[in-house]
Amino acid sequence: MEISKAIRRVDNDEKVSGIAKFIADVKLEGMLYAKTLRSTRPRARIKSIKIPKLPNGYFIVDKNDVPANNRVKLIFTDQPFFAEDVVNYIGEPILLVVGPDKAKVLEILEQIEVEYEDLEPIFTIEDAESGTKPPIFGDDNLFADYEFTKGDPDAAFARAYRIIEGEYRTGIQEHIYLEPQGMLATYEDGTVTVYGSMQCPFYVKNALVYALGWPEDRVRVVQTTTGGGFGGKEDYPSLIAGHAAFAAIKTGRPVQLILDRTEDIEATTKRHPSIIRHRTALDASGRIIAMEIDIKLDGGAYATLSPVVLQRSMFVSTGPYHIPNVRVRGRAYATNNVPRTAFRGFGAPQSIFAVEMHMTNIAEALGENPIDFKMRYFLKKGDDTATGGSVHTDVKLDEMTRQVIEMSNFYEKFERFRKEKGDTVLRGIGFSAFLHGCGFTGKGEEVIKATAKLRRRDDGKVEILVSSVEIGQGAQTTLRKIVAFALGIPMEDVVYENPDTSRVPDSGPTVASRTVIIVGGLLEQAAKELKARWNESGEIEVIKTYRHPEYVRWDDEKFVGDAYPEYSWGVNVAEVEVDPVTFEVRVKKVWGVYDVGTPLDERVVRGQLEGGIVQAVGYATIEVMESKNGKLMQNTITDYIIPTSIDAPEIETRLVVSPYPYGPFGAKCLGELPMVGCAPAVAAAIQHALGLKVDEIPARPELLLKKWLEKSR
Amino acid sequence: MKIEFELNGQKVSVDVEPTMRLLDVLREHFGLIGVKEGCGEGECGSCTVLLDGKAVPSCLVPVGMVMGRRVMTIEGYRKTKKFKVLLDAFAEAGAVQCGFCTPGIIMAVESLLSENPHPTDEEIRRGLSGNLCRCTGYNMIVNAVKLAAQKGAGLW
Repeated sequence: MEISKAIRRVDNDEKVSGIAKFIADVKLEGMLYAKTLRSTRPRARIKSIKIPKLPNGYFIVDKNDVPANNRVKLIFTDQPFFAEDVVNYIGEPILLVVGPDKAKVLEILEQIEVEYEDLEPIFTIEDAESGTKPPIFGDDNLFADYEFTKGDPDAAFARAYRIIEGEYRTGIQEHIYLEPQGMLATYEDGTVTVYGSMQCPFYVKNALVYALGWPEDRVRVVQTTTGGGFGGKEDYPSLIAGHAAFAAIKTGRPVQLILDRTEDIEATTKRHPSIIRHRTALDASGRIIAMEIDIKLDGGAYATLSPVVLQRSMFVSTGPYHIPNVRVRGRAYATNNVPRTAFRGFGAPQSIFAVEMHMTNIAEALGENPIDFKMRYFLKKGDDTATGGSVHTDVKLDEMTRQVIEMSNFYEKFERFRKEKGDTVLRGIGFSAFLHGCGFTGKGEEVIKATAKLRRRDDGKVEILVSSVEIGQGAQTTLRKIVAFALGIPMEDVVYENPDTSRVPDSGPTVASRTVIIVGGLLEQAAKELKARWNESGEIEVIKTYRHPEYVRWDDEKFVGDAYPEYSWGVNVAEVEVDPVTFEVRVKKVWGVYDVGTPLDERVVRGQLEGGIVQAVGYATIEVMESKNGKLMQNTITDYIIPTSIDAPEIETRLVVSPYPYGPFGAKCLGELPMVGCAPAVAAAIQHALGLKVDEIPARPELLLKKWLEKSR
Repeated sequence: MKIEFELNGQKVSVDVEPTMRLLDVLREHFGLIGVKEGCGEGECGSCTVLLDGKAVPSCLVPVGMVMGRRVMTIEGYRKTKKFKVLLDAFAEAGAVQCGFCTPGIIMAVESLLSENPHPTDEEIRRGLSGNLCRCTGYNMIVNAVKLAAQKGAGLW
């Protein structure tokens, strides 16, 4: 399609030349700086806080400065903006020091003394499960506890010829967007305006309205150029936007709050670590007749988005496979760790890792090639999903798999590497197949009712008015392209400013790979209507509100039906080299074939695929984050290692297109898909190289060595 | 202490503590916001500038060290012909996503190409290994550098 041809990114030049203004680059007249005093204890009661005498022009801002509700409004309202009587994780904000000189602010911060009375902390899922310690959240210490069933798994297990079990673990992952989080608030004429780095301007606005108890028209939120998000700037910005706003209201001056990197690592959200158990029933012919899956997530100290992360994790936990009988249990535990929330993939990378490794292990147990085994279970159009919904459009996994086999020369290498017993290097190759549910999970899109607006202005330009933001993923280019192509006008005639909640409708947050398929879809519809009305004189406005296609059915109580309106699909092959002495893993090459519907810009799509693959390679191998007594052992970029240009594997990707009739120009979802599925391909390749089970990621050398020694014992 | 140096081709002078980070002097005294702070410990490369033509992380350089030397930031570099070649190569290869790391990467690429105008893939990867990018996965940046080396042949 013409629209698929790459064009120059609209934000290329301002970013390359350093002109783009990120929030730390904005300075206002009379602006003050804020720094946060944070808890140094994982769980404690605050007995007293001793504050030194403040010089003129310096302020303390704390829980008493929150006008209405000291709670960040999200799914629950358990998280305070500032700690009240207790702290629940190391890094939890207690108060701000605000003033004109940054160095002085830091000096005051260091003089503040907090006296704590330690309480019994809960650090791990096992800790939480034991039930011996006082709960952090509710009576059962669970942010969410769900179960759903399809078919009759009990009967299937009762008649099973063989049952194969496995337990899989995934680690904490930190976003490391290159731009640390930050906000700037002003208070003028009774209105508070917050500018900052964020994915979801209306999450921030709604949280502020609740905290302030003010009418909506006195709260305005404006997104500034955002240096990466990956989910880390989904809900966390609401908390610091509150901090900056309370400080601006108290001082009557603009207040800037920028986190330094260590603060950002220690205090902001993470990907949930998980423990996932699989039980699979096979009949006498070796065919899978049922799966039982038990997912446990460590949610950290506050609920954030854990219930929905858990839902996505559960809904895709059988992978891209058609399994007749299914039972999935899921629990998200409260612990005294830094809160976990959204991170590209949103619970899916954990459960896809588990099911992919488990399917690989079943194939090995049956003496089959994992690709051939997996291919037999691929979902097809018309099949029912794990939640008993339907696959409504074509699935091209067979073709995609054939392509990736050919690109990577999989079968030949699979046999050859197994026979090689290199002294200097052990080589392996692994395969994974996966899917991603497009848009919000379950009832999300029905609740948010995304609204998008197009306005043809008096100057002839067409303006996009949505709350979706550019965070690097290419929204500025792609959404403009949808409108320009649908209207048949030049790109330069389409205007799309960074969203300002006082000017744009709520098209929902910039999350869940929903920006193109949902918001882009609304813009395409709006553009078509605008085109039909093009000859009208003067300004024209067209507003569209999202509704699922007629066929989508979902029961949010029982978790039955279409958890997502549509799916994107992918397959990966990864080739690795493992050093037999140090057990260091080098991911040599990753091949990928994806179906994301019509690509709206082939270069933007490729950028998302390659970036997602490298994040997943990091997740699978080197991104180690450990916590000891609630304290992160890696709190700098020196210690928490993400892939560099030397670590990044060679990548070769292809697209297979199955257009989605309800997506703009046939597009589906893209951003999360490559992150969701690549880690198990890497882990399977390591497993193949070493001939041992890689049931835990990151597969760091220490872990591999331990398993190697156990194996050779 | 009064510190004099050449900044983006102009003689400048600032009166600050010599231990102040060059990064802060550039951003706060000279308003050069293209120099970004990503980590403050010399790991991410977002604050990369050229010191006598060589890429350095400006967060690790005390300003006293640049006395009498040449400092170039993206703001000075973007006026050059070589920059225009990189700008177009980055667009064509899809090397930019969120853009926070990009100005620092541009400075690192200048440092690399000025030493080695025709680098191999391996040399490019090594040359950029001090600059983190969380969005692109790097390969498209490596391609941009190759493209620039080719299109800008003779400039470096």
